[in-house]
Amino acid sequence: MTLLDAAAAATPPRERKPVLEIRDLSVDYGYDQNAVHALQGVDLTLHAGEVLGLAGESGCGKSTLAYAATRLLPPPGVITGGSVTFTSARDGHGGDLLRMNDAELRAQRWRDTAIVFQGAMNSLNPVYTVGRQLVDGILAHKPRTRDAREQARARALELLEMVGIPKDRLGSYPHQLSGGMRQRVMIAMALALEPEIVIMDEPTTALDVVMQRQIVEQIMQLKDELGFSVIFITHDVSLLLELADRIAIMYAGRIVEDASSEEVYKMPRHPYTAGLLHSFPPLRGPKRDLAGIPGSPPDLVNLPTGCKFHPRCPYAFDECKLTDPALGPTRFGAAEPERQVACLLNDERVAPGPIPLELGVRPEGDRIA
Amino acid sequence: MKFLIRRVIFYVITAWAAVTLNFFIPRLLPGDPVQSLINKYQGRLSTDAIQSLYVLFGLDEKSSLWDDYVKYWTGLFKGDFGISFTYFPTPVSEVISQSLPWTLLLVGISTVLGFILGTLAGVGLGWRRGTWADGLLPVANFFSAIPYFWLGLIAISLFAVIIPIFPASGGYEGGLIPDFSADFIGSAIYHGILPALTIVISSIAGWILSMRNMMVTVSSEDYVTVAQAKGLSERKVMFGYAARNAVLPSISGFALSLGFIVGGTLVTEMVFSYPGIGFTLFQAISSKDYPLMQGIFLIITLSVLVANMVADFAYAVLDPRTRQEG
Amino acid sequence: MSVQLDPVAADPTSTATLTAVAVRSKRGRRVQFGILRNRKAMVGIVVLAIFILLAIIGPWIAPYNPDTVTPEGLQPPSPAHWLGTTATGQDILSQLLVGTRGVMLVGLTAGIVATLISVIVGVVSGFIGGIGDEILSLVSNVFLVIPALPLIIIITGLLPGAGGLTVAFVIAITGWAWGARVMRAQTLSLRKRDFVEAARANGEPLWRIVFFEIMPNLTAIIASGFIGTVIFAILSEVTLAFIGVTSISDWNWGTVLFWAQSSQALVQGAWWWFVPAGLCIAAVGTSLTLINFGIDEFVNPRLRSTAANAGVLRRKKIRARIGFTPVYRGKDIR
Repeated sequence: MTLLDAAAAATPPRERKPVLEIRDLSVDYGYDQNAVHALQGVDLTLHAGEVLGLAGESGCGKSTLAYAATRLLPPPGVITGGSVTFTSARDGHGGDLLRMNDAELRAQRWRDTAIVFQGAMNSLNPVYTVGRQLVDGILAHKPRTRDAREQARARALELLEMVGIPKDRLGSYPHQLSGGMRQRVMIAMALALEPEIVIMDEPTTALDVVMQRQIVEQIMQLKDELGFSVIFITHDVSLLLELADRIAIMYAGRIVEDASSEEVYKMPRHPYTAGLLHSFPPLRGPKRDLAGIPGSPPDLVNLPTGCKFHPRCPYAFDECKLTDPALGPTRFGAAEPERQVACLLNDERVAPGPIPLELGVRPEGDRIA
Repeated sequence: MKFLIRRVIFYVITAWAAVTLNFFIPRLLPGDPVQSLINKYQGRLSTDAIQSLYVLFGLDEKSSLWDDYVKYWTGLFKGDFGISFTYFPTPVSEVISQSLPWTLLLVGISTVLGFILGTLAGVGLGWRRGTWADGLLPVANFFSAIPYFWLGLIAISLFAVIIPIFPASGGYEGGLIPDFSADFIGSAIYHGILPALTIVISSIAGWILSMRNMMVTVSSEDYVTVAQAKGLSERKVMFGYAARNAVLPSISGFALSLGFIVGGTLVTEMVFSYPGIGFTLFQAISSKDYPLMQGIFLIITLSVLVANMVADFAYAVLDPRTRQEG
Repeated sequence: MSVQLDPVAADPTSTATLTAVAVRSKRGRRVQFGILRNRKAMVGIVVLAIFILLAIIGPWIAPYNPDTVTPEGLQPPSPAHWLGTTATGQDILSQLLVGTRGVMLVGLTAGIVATLISVIVGVVSGFIGGIGDEILSLVSNVFLVIPALPLIIIITGLLPGAGGLTVAFVIAITGWAWGARVMRAQTLSLRKRDFVEAARANGEPLWRIVFFEIMPNLTAIIASGFIGTVIFAILSEVTLAFIGVTSISDWNWGTVLFWAQSSQALVQGAWWWFVPAGLCIAAVGTSLTLINFGIDEFVNPRLRSTAANAGVLRRKKIRARIGFTPVYRGKDIR
């Protein structure tokens, strides 16, 4: 079975239901003319039951994207345009999060979209017990009946068991738990209301390697059981290749490539994606040289003209300094309907020649001139 | 528990240090205060009083420093602070026990009230930063820089002289005899309003500013964002998550600045001629009544220590991390 | 002794709520320079500069001798006496002008001495650790808890005819503890930083590490501690003069208030006698707290961003808050 067959067989394009559609999302840090444009016109779609990976160097805007889409971005962040539409795959309710008022947003939060935050150390309120923090999240979304608290407590116990924490830890304070346990508590908390989307922001960075592995496996297992969709944010592309269905690569506040993880791994279309893949050893197959990406991550305050990646791009040509490419179909067009890239090499009108060998790999091995 | 034991040991050491300081200060300073006193009270001091003065100031040639020190301590445990000059021959302990309740009530209530109101206002300002409420900050800033006693002067001139709705001085109506009658208590409350307001207003600004800054700092902690992500009500996030954590350093700050605040409130009493410890201290200073001054200093220090301990216990109750074993 | 207090802890007396943010030596210079761009700090510095100038030239520009008794008693402000006269006909403006020097001198002297003590105790205690640290922190905690003002009153009350400098030293001896505590916390966190560890591994002598690696990073905290102590010293000194513990013939703002209070200025409605002196104290105090806020905002970026943006936010009606990112679709933003 070829890779293309595999991708097609897994989820036929027509039947994929979008649960979260981010359109033209722009975010600034700061409020005046000196504001930093942290995100510019980002388009991204999360489908039901999908694990979508967001990857890129630190500071590329991947966390900003997740927090802006949930309107949790702290000051001085401000959303300057676009829409973020949630549509329930279960009963069709939803709406544009950017146009919701506080009450609607509060009701939507946690019930539809839950988040596992970056540092588990600081994500838990140090002065409340774990149980209290699990229960208050549940209670905030339940009608106030007489036995609501009792039910919420029972649910909290159930959740702890689900992530493999002894029940007697319900009365523990965060400082009494290890880093791994705290992160499990955060996962349990995120799943409390069986949300349709769970956003994981580098959920394992603060943990040791063994713990990382356990947590990731647990997340995937729970995902299979409960059927939520995941946006998984990490700088660790190799991790994403393993667990994500689809990967969006970000650079300087823009998505530069959006494709299935198999495609990203085997046939990168953006020079930056190719660079990222070269900066870690391949999981399987023959060894290759580790090249990395020359230069340093872009300074959002002082971005280059044209394509933001051109100063570091080995394939850059003159037009790259002038035109900022939009995310669009690849040079292979209809043959790759499910993937998008933002690189002028894929624009036949301006590209100086055929696509470089490395960025034009096709499953059959053929190349389009 | 370990936390509390450590704190208790600390307070014992501090109390010892304060008493020892009180013992040594008159002995280390130059001059012969006793002689100047004898001159001042020409013939009115008994030989006993003069002898006790020499003992108090460590100028008694016959006994060693250590003997004096031991004597001083045994005296303290018996509640013997010496004899007051101003109220001769009333013992210092009796003068203090008459004025202490006034101070405890006035300063106690208004300091705690100022802390609570200021902290609540600071929570609101810190949570709603970037709104019109920020305009209050320069005002609070200005008020925090005003000395207590000057605000007292202004309060008297405004509400006792220009608009005479409150009495300018005293703790109760002249003709009344202190007891628990409704008349007396009513009069005491009436006389206490202006000094209490002065203390509340001048202390509140500091609490507002520090609590606001703590709220701003704590608001950007991850757990506050998590609380918002959970869709908790505004009130729950603001009080249960942000303010609940921001108040912890404020309580330590409360304990630590008590000494300073008490100093300021004592001077407020002087301005209002309020019959508390501060006013008594003022009278002791003007008549160079050293035994009374020292007795008052000791009592103030011990009261501040007790208040500190209470604040520490409150802290231990509010912060589970201090209760951690080991 | 257990330090359960966060260095961020709120201290309403000094408002120096500095977070233990390490300021690298290179940034240390930028802090001093950049503080000038902070509007609050700038206002504070200008007001303070005016008072320092008055402290220097005050006695020369004073229109009258502040001690001269004239028959024109209790005159309200007039062209001849801008701030009126006392009950004995002394010119109040002259008293304030002459008194500025006393206030500033005591404030600065006490501030410098107390800061020196607190830096020495704090840095040594934070750096040596162990039993020495325990003892030094115990001493500073004891000094912190013992109410300073009554202690100052006792000491100055026992010293015969205590003048300005004596008062300054007494204030310094009772007021250094807070700074020492903050300094110790900061030194502790610095001691574990890479660049200090590296210097130690290189075998640099201790004094070099302290003066060239640690001290530059304490600049902001030392400055803020110094300012906090100056505020404390000025308030204490004025209070002492007001209650008549110190020499009542040396002019300072507290002396003016002492005479106003003892001459029944309140009852006689002579507001010009006691209002200006208090406003002067408040103005100096406010200017110092403003400078401290400037330092705070410089060291703690969380406070800075709000202050800098407040105006823009109001104009654009954006409400910046935690947990509900504002959506602004205005045209002028980009």
